[in-house]
Amino acid sequence: MHRFANPARFLRLSAALRPWALGVALLTLLGGLWLALFDSPPDYQQGETVRIMYIHVPSAWMAMMVYATMAVASAVGLVWKHPVAELYIKAAAPLGAGFTALCLLTGSLWGQPMWGTWWVWDARLTSVLILFFIYLGYIVLVSAFDDPQRGLRAGAVLTLVGAVNLPIIKFSVDWWNTLHQPASVMRLGGSALDPAMLWPLLTMAVAFTALFVWLVLLRTETEIAERRIRALRLATAMAAANHKAGGDEAPGLGQPVG
Amino acid sequence: MMQFLAMGGYAAYVWTAYGAAVVVLAGLVVATLARRRSSRRSLAALEQLRGRGRRA
Repeated sequence: MHRFANPARFLRLSAALRPWALGVALLTLLGGLWLALFDSPPDYQQGETVRIMYIHVPSAWMAMMVYATMAVASAVGLVWKHPVAELYIKAAAPLGAGFTALCLLTGSLWGQPMWGTWWVWDARLTSVLILFFIYLGYIVLVSAFDDPQRGLRAGAVLTLVGAVNLPIIKFSVDWWNTLHQPASVMRLGGSALDPAMLWPLLTMAVAFTALFVWLVLLRTETEIAERRIRALRLATAMAAANHKAGGDEAPGLGQPVG
Repeated sequence: MMQFLAMGGYAAYVWTAYGAAVVVLAGLVVATLARRRSSRRSLAALEQLRGRGRRA
């Protein structure tokens, strides 16, 4: 009966949280866009390109934060066999890949006018590109198994191993002094960013986080539904097979053919 | 207004970045909702089928 186990508590919690996440996401997205585009000053060195930061930095944070939650979920799934943990990873991976792609794209669009190049094999850029490939690798690996349960298990292991990349991304700007600038918001001694730029940045970060929460709850619910669909189909097929075997004569045994 | 759209000469970079954000985030929302709708539909159909089978 375990196959039919309905993670009812998760579904209840998710249904209660979702409207709040959506509300916060919409409000902060509107407010954040207003602050980012209209109500913040151009930078004295970078001019208007600084507005790319309000997309680029929150998506970079999301790229890492989403992966961090996936790594925690994979530990929970592998150690305690929590039934929702591995489904959460599968639900979150495409979202993380999306944020990482957005981070790379906007970084490129910022790099060209400010650094004079779309791309360099700088430590920060390279390690984020690797993060993007880990997300894609997870998505491909999980769907490569006939047995979805084994796919999820393999994916959880990959997620845990890939977590070694997170500190590399975080500290790449300190360990290797290359083109990408070091952290200016989350650093010892307070943020180096002017409040006029910090507020739009933080508002957009809240918006991206809330949007992620809303989406990942919806997607985890969908994963749970799809697992139930698989279990029901299997049960129906097995019932049909039993019915046939019990009801009819075994074919080819009792009756002479032709 | 024109001055705002020009983004100090960096319009191509700034607006492409914001456009990419809209495309990526809206794409994730649409994909999520579409898959949810189809899976809810087939789950409802399956459960109805099962309920009928039990009654019979």
